[in-house]
Amino acid sequence: MTEALPPLIELIEVSKIYGMGDSEVRALDRASLRIDQGEFVSVMGPSGSGKSTSMNVIGCLDAPTSGSYLFRGVELAKLTADQLALFRRHYLGFVFQGFNLLARTSALENVELPLVYRRVPTAERRVRALRALREVGLSGREKHTPAELSGGQQQRVAIARAIVTDPSLLLADEPTGNLDSAMKLEIMSLLRILNQERGITILMVTHEPDLAEFGTRVVGFKDGRVVSDRATDPNAAIEAGLAS
Amino acid sequence: MIWTTILMAFREIRRNTMRSILTALGVVIGVGAVIAMVHLGQSATEKVTGDVAKLGNNMLTVMPGAQRRGPGGGDPAPSFKLSDVDAIKKQIPQVSEVAPSSSTSALLVYGNKNHSAQVQGSTLGLFKIRDLTIETGRFFTEAENQGGAPVCVIGHTVQTELFGGLRSVGESIRVGKISCQVIGVIATKGQSTFGIDQDDFVVMPLLTFQRRISGSTAISAIYISAKTPNSTDRVKSQLLGLMRERRRIVPGQPDNFTVMDMKEFATSLSSITGALTALLGGIAAVSLLVGGIGIMNIMLVSVTERTREIGIRLAIGARAHEVLLQFLVEAVLLSTIGGVIGILLGLAGSWAGARALNMPFSLSPSILTIAFFFSASVGIAFGFFPARRAARLKPIDALRHE
Repeated sequence: MTEALPPLIELIEVSKIYGMGDSEVRALDRASLRIDQGEFVSVMGPSGSGKSTSMNVIGCLDAPTSGSYLFRGVELAKLTADQLALFRRHYLGFVFQGFNLLARTSALENVELPLVYRRVPTAERRVRALRALREVGLSGREKHTPAELSGGQQQRVAIARAIVTDPSLLLADEPTGNLDSAMKLEIMSLLRILNQERGITILMVTHEPDLAEFGTRVVGFKDGRVVSDRATDPNAAIEAGLAS
Repeated sequence: MIWTTILMAFREIRRNTMRSILTALGVVIGVGAVIAMVHLGQSATEKVTGDVAKLGNNMLTVMPGAQRRGPGGGDPAPSFKLSDVDAIKKQIPQVSEVAPSSSTSALLVYGNKNHSAQVQGSTLGLFKIRDLTIETGRFFTEAENQGGAPVCVIGHTVQTELFGGLRSVGESIRVGKISCQVIGVIATKGQSTFGIDQDDFVVMPLLTFQRRISGSTAISAIYISAKTPNSTDRVKSQLLGLMRERRRIVPGQPDNFTVMDMKEFATSLSSITGALTALLGGIAAVSLLVGGIGIMNIMLVSVTERTREIGIRLAIGARAHEVLLQFLVEAVLLSTIGGVIGILLGLAGSWAGARALNMPFSLSPSILTIAFFFSASVGIAFGFFPARRAARLKPIDALRHE
């Protein structure tokens, strides 16, 4: 037998401490987590439990105070800001609760942006961005700016922007937090399709138990540590979706 | 990548029209204000210098009375006589023209119009010394001068006040108590630097003035022109000696007359214009500072507002220097565009201002350069440094910025 492939993501005893001395807050307290290729992991937990912080650390948007962060067996904790930027550029896609699209910029240009930084030639950029927008069901809205789109549509633009680079990992921080329930289901179904049909690994933070069931696995955070970890029942997701 | 970044900067500028206009406006106002202020100031300085030159650089004036009069004064200094004029003519070779003059203020009447002006009795030499030219009619002749004929030449203001657009030459006007025929109108010299109307006067032969208006042979001033502007100093010292001798002032006694030298006057004026120039420099510095602070503010606000945008770009995988290059290109473009518009507006404004105030306009390339580069550097620096601060934040902090 050859040695098993290293996991996609491995957090080992990662701590994140804000502030100093008495006012010190341990957002992550020696948390360990392992995510394999192809998983759709939902991270749950009360606010302040460290679920968002873990996502920011995994997304290299924030640096851990201590501990080890391995990506496919490679230590990321020691990389410089520029190296982390290149890592994000080539391996990650982000979807935020607040969409974080560039204002006054068309959907197409927003989706093209990560490709610009990847130095993809203009013509290819256009083709790929149009394809990503089609994939999220926004064909015909390429020229619209965020202000001209509904919340659900804006989030779909953000998802298109995240997947246009075919990332190894899609990070979604409360992607449906600002949407009404119909839109929530729309976005969740989209993420599920991306995970199952395109095989994109997804890490999603949510505080809604129903939505967590759309994934393959639910990780619970409390007080900066992982306190639960279970697989979802694939049928439960469908039922939850229908019930909502 | 450079081209992509520059293209991206262009697109950002176009996309955010309002923000771009406001940002560029800071530079426009900064550059424009400095250029307009300094150019207008320069025009004023040139106007002053030009007016002094118009007075004639080689003219000297001898007047009775000491230059400094103490309180109480003492005896009034005696006036001059015609023999003084002859003596100057004969004994000082560097003198080209000498004109005695006596003057008083008098009421002028023509028809139902009247106007008060300075009436001067003098000789033909006065026109040469003061560099007066005739607009219509003629100066009085030597014969009229010698014979004390009742004729007069009027300044442009007098023409306007008494005759309006009508022909004055050949008409008779009343000057004080006498009637006098207008034989010529003098071309305008324009308003002088100090707001004194140089065209508001009447000149008649000295003899006419003495006999019919003042009733005395006293001469209140002697105008002299030196042959060359360089000989005024020598003429002045000779005049001082001659007049002391003729007025029998013993050595040690102060002069009871004054020789005024236009060149001296011009020198003291040039020190005034020097002060004016220094003042302008101060104004320019303050304008630059104020403009710079304006640019700084708008740049700081604009970049701070875009911290989240910087966060988005970083999250998507832009490296800090790639984001910075884009912001730098944007700042350079906006500052340059603003600077060029500012130069054009500043020049247009000062040109129009100079025209409206009837002042000469001249271009100062150095101030254009200074204003442009100073404002552009401020714009670029304050577009760049806050962007750098934002780009060095952890992406999550930049993203959370509101």
